[in-house]
Amino acid sequence: MKAIKYTGLVIFLIGLAIFTGSIFTGSFNLTSAELDEFIKEKKYKNEYIKEELTEAVVTSKKINIFEFSTLVRNAFEEANKPYYNLIDKYNKEKKWDKKGAQYQYIINGKPHTLSYTLAKKAGSGFVKENVGLLWFLTFGLAIIGALLFMLPNLILLGKPGIKNDHIYHNSATNRGFIAWLVLIYLVVFYLVLYFYPDYIVNWTFILDPISNALNGGAASQWFVYGFLYCVVMLTMAVRMYIKYRHNKYQIIRTTSVLFFQIVFAFLIPEIMSSLNMPGYDFKNAFPLDYDFFFEWNLKSLTESGGIGIFILVWGIVLTLIIVPVMVYFFGKRWYCSWVCGCGGLAETLGDPYRQHSDKSLNAWKLERWLIHAVLVFSLVMTIITLYCYFSGAQSFLGINSQWIKDTYSFLIGAWFAGVIGTGFYPIFGNRVWCRFGCPLAAYLGLVQRFKSRFRITTNGGQCISCGNCSTYCEMGIDVRAYAQKGENIIRSSCVGCGVCSAVCPRGVLKLENGPEDGRINPTEILLGNDVDLMDLVNEK
Amino acid sequence: MEHIVIIGNGISGVTAARHIRKNSDKKITIVSAETKYFFSRTALMYIYMGHMKFEHTQPYENWFWEKNNIHLKEGFVAAVNTEKNQLEFTNGETLSYDKLIIATGSKPNKFGWPGQDLSGVMGMYHKQDLDNLEKYAPDNETCKRAVIVGGGLIGIELAEMLRSRKIPVTFLVREDSFWNGVLPAQESEMINKHIKEHHIDLRLSTNLKEIKADENGQVKSIIIEETGEEIPCNVVGLTAGVTPNIDFLKTSGIETDKGVKVNRFLETNIKNIYAIGDCAEQHEAIGRRRNIEAVWYTGRMMGETLAQTICGNKTAYKPGHWFNSAKFLDIEYQTYGWVFSERNKKENEAYFQWKHPKENKCITISFDKNSKLFLGINTFGIRMRHEIFDNWLTQKKSIEHVLEHLLDANFDPEFYKLHEKEIVTKFNKENNTNIQLKKKSWKRIFSKA
Repeated sequence: MKAIKYTGLVIFLIGLAIFTGSIFTGSFNLTSAELDEFIKEKKYKNEYIKEELTEAVVTSKKINIFEFSTLVRNAFEEANKPYYNLIDKYNKEKKWDKKGAQYQYIINGKPHTLSYTLAKKAGSGFVKENVGLLWFLTFGLAIIGALLFMLPNLILLGKPGIKNDHIYHNSATNRGFIAWLVLIYLVVFYLVLYFYPDYIVNWTFILDPISNALNGGAASQWFVYGFLYCVVMLTMAVRMYIKYRHNKYQIIRTTSVLFFQIVFAFLIPEIMSSLNMPGYDFKNAFPLDYDFFFEWNLKSLTESGGIGIFILVWGIVLTLIIVPVMVYFFGKRWYCSWVCGCGGLAETLGDPYRQHSDKSLNAWKLERWLIHAVLVFSLVMTIITLYCYFSGAQSFLGINSQWIKDTYSFLIGAWFAGVIGTGFYPIFGNRVWCRFGCPLAAYLGLVQRFKSRFRITTNGGQCISCGNCSTYCEMGIDVRAYAQKGENIIRSSCVGCGVCSAVCPRGVLKLENGPEDGRINPTEILLGNDVDLMDLVNEK
Repeated sequence: MEHIVIIGNGISGVTAARHIRKNSDKKITIVSAETKYFFSRTALMYIYMGHMKFEHTQPYENWFWEKNNIHLKEGFVAAVNTEKNQLEFTNGETLSYDKLIIATGSKPNKFGWPGQDLSGVMGMYHKQDLDNLEKYAPDNETCKRAVIVGGGLIGIELAEMLRSRKIPVTFLVREDSFWNGVLPAQESEMINKHIKEHHIDLRLSTNLKEIKADENGQVKSIIIEETGEEIPCNVVGLTAGVTPNIDFLKTSGIETDKGVKVNRFLETNIKNIYAIGDCAEQHEAIGRRRNIEAVWYTGRMMGETLAQTICGNKTAYKPGHWFNSAKFLDIEYQTYGWVFSERNKKENEAYFQWKHPKENKCITISFDKNSKLFLGINTFGIRMRHEIFDNWLTQKKSIEHVLEHLLDANFDPEFYKLHEKEIVTKFNKENNTNIQLKKKSWKRIFSKA
């Protein structure tokens, strides 16, 4: 069994190595015919771009993606330069008309995105020409390896039950060097995904056939991310099923997040795109879906006929009615640990790291400041955006609409939710984003704290303060602090993953929805002691 | 300001300190030689098994004590001078008190076995025992086999710990079935089976004769009393119960027997000195409880109670209905009210029992066979609500009432398979009754007794 396990690990690592290594392969160059077609397609008016790009990448020499990226970005910069010089010149001369006329020639866009678009056309080489084989060598090997690594646990872990042996003895789950390596890999992955998409263009080639089949177009870096996300969740869900096979709540919950990720977040939007509809994730609620009210989205929805209007109405109803009503009946867990994609990844890929959330009082203070600040940030941004959308203004209350959207997308959307949120799993736990950053979680939390039937019931006086519940709470709630006082756990941050209840050796905790009356029950003297004393102290 | 000194920073002492702090601004000092900060003794096993680190077993962050103005004093008390109201430490220091609370807990029983103090022999009670185990049994290379002597709750936990590191374990149990002085036979047998499923070499009706040493004074093997068999091993765990940890009181004039003798107010024979928790011994047992209750929960309750007395609201220790819980490897156990084993139950006490045909789940309900009064329940593999059973016991409900409303009491996680229907059906069949299981009702669950 152990042999199978470690063979699996080796196969997984080979798959991962080929996947990572594939970035560095292939050659990126264009024929002049291809370049002409590209420029025509893009309708560039810039007079220098053709010359610059020809000089840069129309060659038969082998160029790897990194050289290609540099050359292309330089070419775009050089092609824009003369126009900027003219703008400067006319600016000084105060020839406003002439200055304004130059802007049409300037090519806008993030340099790495421009480079990505061209690289998608320019790529050739082993990866692009052997897509099926490469899929097997990367995704295929990694999946097979991971399954071989995890399936033997059915026997190796012994009888069903809580299996947390050696979590704090293992480098991967005890912040050892393996954990740091995983952190570095994940952080670099997110940085490249968000800011250097051209570097991973080879990955998009591997998934072009699947993308074509689903939405009729070539794969983008976002398609790669979505596909990878589903594959990782699916594989790591197998691990969850094995680890928690005695616990039906965990099994059903895992199945639920998996379903919503694969069907709602991945398949439906892809299929909608193939039908020329705006691709929409029907479960992704504002303000987690922070660009729902951005001009481009509103424009796209309002121009998409019936389905667009439906989505617009659905999105608003989801946030304003469905989300809070469901939180009232079931707690925020219905979203955060049963439906949400971020939550889904945290509960599958992130499960081995759940013990790293910080339980200190200071962390709780930081959490409350930070998450509510992000909520306010997202609302302010949305108000400004909507005001500008309807009024046609550029800014509102002295804040530029484009600036605040870009800032939010960069700081919160990319850095907080992605790089930090997932990249830091192995060291800071699997719910960093959900706990400190997610504006939707903040909103759901307020409802859960003040108006909900959900609670984690503490079973009378049975707690022995062992600390398993607190240790394995991914949201950093000091569950024990409540349990050892015989007090129910009512916390805005609780995502209802149910693991505290699962790891409790004495059957003290139960997640349940019940009457609001008696939900919050502060106690000093615990059940089991003198009844008169309990009455005296608890009811004074 | 009155100075309250508490010897021992376990659950009893710390609970007393917390409650005294809530109700007064008295000066409080907690003395401990074991660790500076309070930790949960019951969680020591999880550190060895790698579920947690030591810091996770500390229920309060380190700043808590200073913030609450509770002084922590590290030191080993050699003697209590009751004339001068003063503690004398082994390093010569002294500490004066106005009121003294003895909460020093227990130490593992040693019954005079030859070799019981060799290196490699240990209990599993103190933080130091854990350090010892980590030293002598870090892996199955260093420790080729461990022998555990004594089949109680700590013994089975120690076996689970050692098995987590794949160390072969021989488990010597004096009784002819695991813990059957406490558990009914059905449950005891289920645990026997479960122990063996975990590849633990369970030896029932087996006593330790002696522990043998190698040339370095280290454990080499043990000899079994009944058969004379010699079992080579590197570690011996002594888990045959615990005894109050009160040797330092011998010269103090405080009345002791096995434990520190206390009255219902937890007062010793000397004014201003109290004892709580494992080390306290009631002059007369409370109800069917033992004179010495070495249980986490009772330690906490005594702490809660004594704090009232210390703060001017003189309160007798009057625990409510008995409850307890444990985990035997993968099987959770809860008990509410009194269920005695066949060996210890009285003539009027009858059992109703149910056992799952395949899984490790079973219950025993004890009731009065004449009045049908519900006396208590043991559940294995099924979680039950403490509050509901406490109410039922207070209201002196019948076993029929309990079974009829059993769904109200279930505390298993959502979506778990429920067995209440099968349980009630079995009772109806055995007793020719027609009890109809009622649907779970939030209203009943939250109605106060």
